[in-house]
Amino acid sequence: MMDNQYADTFKEEAYELLTELENSLLELEDRPDDPELISRVFRAMHTIKGSGAMFGFDDIAAFTHQVETAFDQVRTGKLTVSRKMINLTLAARDQIKAMLDGAGKEGAVDAALTAQLIAGFKELLNEEQAAAPPAETAMPQPSPSGPPPVEDPVTFRIRFRPARNIFANGTNPVALLNELRQLGDCRIVAQMCDVPLLVELDPESCYIFWDVILTTTSGLDAIKDVFIFVEDDCEISIDTIDGGGNVDDEAYKKLGEILVERGDMAVEDIEAVLANQKRLGEMLVEKGMAAPSQIHSALLEQQQVKEVRQERRQKEERARAQEAGASIRVPAEKLDVLVNLVGELVTIQARMTQTAVGREDAELINIAEEVERLTAEMRDNVLNIRMLPIGTTFNKFKRLVRDLSGELGKEIEMATDGAETELDKTVIERLNDPMVHLIRNCIDHGIEKPEVREAAGKPRQGTVRLAAVHSGDRVLLTIEDDGAGLDREAILAKAVEKGMVAPSAELPDQEIYNLIFAPGFSTASKVTSVSGRGVGMDVVKRAIDALRGSIAINCRPGLGTVISIRIPLTMAIIESLLVQIGADRFLIPLSLVDECIELTRADVAASHGRNMATVRGHLVPYIPLRQKFSITGTVPDIEQVVITEVNGTRVGFVVDRVIGEHQTVIKSLGRAFKNVEGMSGATILGDGSVALILDIPQLVRSVEEGDYLALSNEQSTLKKMI
Amino acid sequence: MGKVIMTADDSASIRQMVSFTLKQSGYEVLQAVDGRDALQQLGSRKVDMLITDLNMPNLDGIGLIKGARALPACKFIPIIMLTTESQDTKKQEGKAAGATGWIVKPFKPEQLLAVVKKVLG
Repeated sequence: MMDNQYADTFKEEAYELLTELENSLLELEDRPDDPELISRVFRAMHTIKGSGAMFGFDDIAAFTHQVETAFDQVRTGKLTVSRKMINLTLAARDQIKAMLDGAGKEGAVDAALTAQLIAGFKELLNEEQAAAPPAETAMPQPSPSGPPPVEDPVTFRIRFRPARNIFANGTNPVALLNELRQLGDCRIVAQMCDVPLLVELDPESCYIFWDVILTTTSGLDAIKDVFIFVEDDCEISIDTIDGGGNVDDEAYKKLGEILVERGDMAVEDIEAVLANQKRLGEMLVEKGMAAPSQIHSALLEQQQVKEVRQERRQKEERARAQEAGASIRVPAEKLDVLVNLVGELVTIQARMTQTAVGREDAELINIAEEVERLTAEMRDNVLNIRMLPIGTTFNKFKRLVRDLSGELGKEIEMATDGAETELDKTVIERLNDPMVHLIRNCIDHGIEKPEVREAAGKPRQGTVRLAAVHSGDRVLLTIEDDGAGLDREAILAKAVEKGMVAPSAELPDQEIYNLIFAPGFSTASKVTSVSGRGVGMDVVKRAIDALRGSIAINCRPGLGTVISIRIPLTMAIIESLLVQIGADRFLIPLSLVDECIELTRADVAASHGRNMATVRGHLVPYIPLRQKFSITGTVPDIEQVVITEVNGTRVGFVVDRVIGEHQTVIKSLGRAFKNVEGMSGATILGDGSVALILDIPQLVRSVEEGDYLALSNEQSTLKKMI
Repeated sequence: MGKVIMTADDSASIRQMVSFTLKQSGYEVLQAVDGRDALQQLGSRKVDMLITDLNMPNLDGIGLIKGARALPACKFIPIIMLTTESQDTKKQEGKAAGATGWIVKPFKPEQLLAVVKKVLG
């Protein structure tokens, strides 16, 4: 039953109509031929029937229908008004009133009388007319939900050629096309071949027709529903071109076959043209036999069906693989070995490519390219095996939060987001300690005691939110609390006290917050068992740097703190930029590289030894790696500066030459070189030589510290002089 | 601002239901009690869509559709007719007069909204 809010309105309306009906019928008795009276009776019945059905008075609607049918006959002159008919209708009117009075009450209406009246009207109709009025046929209704979706997607080819005057009926063909788009993967080509010259063009006519390739699970009826209002006057053909059944063959019909099937081309034409040996589509267009848009449309069909079939095959393969056993457990070491082997393979493959190119042996180059493609695919797949959802670690932290908050007398809840984000297993393992530290900090320093929170108008219960999300080849982890935020002044005071910042320095908030990552920094005024044990945020930062990641902190005072960590997906293989200084080659992780610029002797001279380059009006400090690594030899006239971005600061690195991008398999340097600063690893290049991977954040740090030392020395000298 | 839809129907309960359903979905609704009233209002006010009953006193639905299409502002707006019968002849007559589509009574609010969405795009 329809919402009862309308039922009362309907009843009120129906009573009024019944009164009017009664008057009209009595008048009709005197003037049985008055068409206006007949119309009035008909309309009253019609409205009662239509509205009754709308609002759930089905019995009234069904009954009134009989009376209405009779008066429809009168209206069209097939039946004349008789006394018998008036009597019957008046009785029916009383019966409708009784039905309205008794609506919703069981047995309030005399069903026998209803049946008797219906029989009376039927008799009346049959008397006058041998043939009963044609039975009502059910009309298709545009249904909002559509038929239940079928399991497999089916691809349809639809040609929609609207009637020229479609706009005159207020139909917007684009709305229909948009509706099709909502049904599934849809490619639409507008065919303009019928558009006349501007002088002949009637702007209120539609000359365009559309070819649509639609892959949908909604079925044919849903498509027909889209065109329900226009099917009579528009040309609409819908063909199934790819059914849901099993198709082993991914190949789809050739372009010519599609065109012939659509009736755009004749077979003979195609055959004649095929004698030439160019792409069929091009030739047809050149010869003016088909419009480019027709060819384009047919090619789209080909492509979409191909894709659909490919996807289906992959899905079947996956399903088959699942049947064979969802997964197998493999010891992690086996995977590590596999990753190492793939690493070796990538290295050796690079050598092979280089050798092949060096020999200018076309055949060998071909093979090398094939191997390159395969190794790349294999590398991605193997690395993928080691990916684990980060959710496993998140769960561990839940316990940590629960225990710690209890210990500190705080009420804290942990929420997670993006637990399904995948990361390399080793990365996840090495993230554990820094994360524990950060979460402890949130609980200890960040979130206030329940009473304090209440006083500040916040809920008693604090929240620590862990979230992970993919962004490019990195993962962004955020640890967010809704606590008090960082104490800007306390940090600044501490930094000044420790001599890290000049008292007069004016720093942006962001930079002040990031000071807490500096070594030996802790603002907790009280040492608790949880934090403030001398292991500061600098340890966290170092751990993240070691993962080739970056960390940043931001906070809104009184509202909370957000720590964001960006880390690469994997540790084993990275994209990097290969550079050369003298005879040595180095690698800079590509994720840190912003751009490369040239540095001439004149530029160097102009900076007066300040190691600053001007890039588009901004000063960028640079580190001359040749000096830093004490590499001897002649400096080229034009050097290159690789500008990197570390923690929001742009720093350049001066090298002799930039060679190019490189797939770098990371090899650790071994225990003997554990303490070498500025290097994070090594790799073997294509020619078999070794190149070192630069630890950019560490290099920047060491130079900053050096500068600071130099600066403080300068200051102390100055003081002595004063 | 939401789109303006006019409902022309001599049945107050249908008008109320149509108007309530559309308003809930953010449309602005004008009501007209019959064809003549509707045409008068259309002359002074721009609407984005018209939903009309076919059987109305004074001026019926077909007359209203023809009259509306003759107004420049209503030449291309979607016009939906409400038919009680699934009579094909009425439907054809309506289409010939310039109706965009139809809804067969009885209908549910969702069906009404689906059709409105369909023709208004």
